[in-house]
Amino acid sequence: MKRIYFDYAATTPVDKRVLKEMEPYFSEKFGNTMSLHSFGQEAKLALDQSRQVLADLINAKPNEIIFTSSATESNNLALKGVALATRKLDSRFHGNDNAHIVISSIEHPCIMESAKWLAKNGFEITKLPVDKYGRVNPKDVERAITEKTILVSVMHASNEIGTIEPIEEIGKICRQKGVYFHTDASQSFGKIPIDVEEMNIDLLTASSHKMYGPKGAGLLYVRNGVKIEPILHGGGQENGMRSSTVNVPAIVGFAKATEICKAEMKREGVRLAKLRDKLIKGVLKIKGAKLNGDPRNRLPNNINVSFPSIEGESLIIHLDLYGIACSTGSACSSAKLEPSYVLLAIGLKPEEAHGSLRISLGRQTTEKEIGYFLKVLPKIVEKLKKMSPFKL
Amino acid sequence: MKKINNTCSTLYTPKVMATFKNPHNYGKIKNASGIGKVGNIVCGDVMWLYIKVAKNKKGQDVIKDIKFETFGCVAAISTSSIITDLVKGKTINEALKVTKDNVIESLGGLPKIKYHCSVLAVDALIEAVYDYFLKTGQKIPADLEKKHKIIKKSKDIIEERYKGWDK
Repeated sequence: MKRIYFDYAATTPVDKRVLKEMEPYFSEKFGNTMSLHSFGQEAKLALDQSRQVLADLINAKPNEIIFTSSATESNNLALKGVALATRKLDSRFHGNDNAHIVISSIEHPCIMESAKWLAKNGFEITKLPVDKYGRVNPKDVERAITEKTILVSVMHASNEIGTIEPIEEIGKICRQKGVYFHTDASQSFGKIPIDVEEMNIDLLTASSHKMYGPKGAGLLYVRNGVKIEPILHGGGQENGMRSSTVNVPAIVGFAKATEICKAEMKREGVRLAKLRDKLIKGVLKIKGAKLNGDPRNRLPNNINVSFPSIEGESLIIHLDLYGIACSTGSACSSAKLEPSYVLLAIGLKPEEAHGSLRISLGRQTTEKEIGYFLKVLPKIVEKLKKMSPFKL
Repeated sequence: MKKINNTCSTLYTPKVMATFKNPHNYGKIKNASGIGKVGNIVCGDVMWLYIKVAKNKKGQDVIKDIKFETFGCVAAISTSSIITDLVKGKTINEALKVTKDNVIESLGGLPKIKYHCSVLAVDALIEAVYDYFLKTGQKIPADLEKKHKIIKKSKDIIEERYKGWDK
């Protein structure tokens, strides 16, 4: 059976061109970037060149890019790094006064959990609500900022519902108020334009494996002058901000993936948005189906829909039996049984959240695949509805 | 490395998957003798079990027909189907002896985090029988009354916990 991958928001295949670029850095140019000999310098050169490519995509300077192992690590470093540096360096917080951090209520778990950890360690956290489309109101950001606020972190685009946040406006407010602004761009990096200058971004997270690069590489952009405290201590790599032997092959792959995304961004964005809209139109023909997220401010590759009378795991497993790979916000497989907090935050009822389906498209998605999906989905929904006590 | 060749093979047994793919006895029974409704929508599992009871030659109550309607995951749908297979044609006394372990065994096992689905299936049956006894004005055996109270109590606790969620 031919399999169809509709889960590009979870991870992407490594592009063949990326793999080819990485290949020499495993056994041939395998040096340690900290070594002074030619082997090390070869690796160092590749690292420097990669840093330049990544910086160029977002209009940053190369020395503002810290390579990490993942977006999770970058987000941890952004929140904890800023928080701990402030506590150390800002005399306002040397007493018992708690510094304050603002996040949105639909951030990825690695932001949520980092914030929770900081709350346990004496920082104050405010979670901003979102509207029915999942958008943060910049006015709420303005109102939430107090004298003690040190950082605002709002994602660029939602991994679940694809909503693009008004980060330009939020960045502007943060700049005016003298508060650092971090954005998790894991889902948008390489897909839609980002300019850290125009958008007033002080810190930004990106991930390689979400954009056809390998797993094991991420980055944190840190604007020159922004103080962060490292989490990993050791040999002083990445300008002392992230000790660890540098994963050169993965970073070379990350850079190559970025080059490709940059060159193809416009064309690919238009192509995917067309496929996305076709898919949305087809799915909404199914009785009871409802689109989650913003119909306008939306990633070109994200579709998230709910079917209120059926459960997500059953839906994705049936799709998988047809060879189609999607994902759900139903938490039936995890230990806690509550559905996705993101879907609840945009006002969905639990049964709607349990009946959610995320379809994320990518480079290999074709019109034919969309057609096949739209043929199969109504049959499955019908079957599960017949089994369900709810007939919505 | 082990090759993955079927869906969810790291999570569910082939029997679970086969049952999920082609579940038995789903739908409604009109004029059911008893209906058991268990589960909570916030947790993502709701199971309704319909039974049709008739007398056998010995004059005992027998589950002549049984159907389920379930909103839930792969495990919930599979346990729903299995419980109908396990008790169809049995006397009510025999049917009430079916345990969650019987359900799990019949499916060749369940992941630990899905054990609650086997409990749900057994509870749904107990509730359906209880409902039948109530409707027919029969004296409810002490053991059944006790089980019903436990199910009701845990249902109330969950509903209390998630009060306001389902608005």
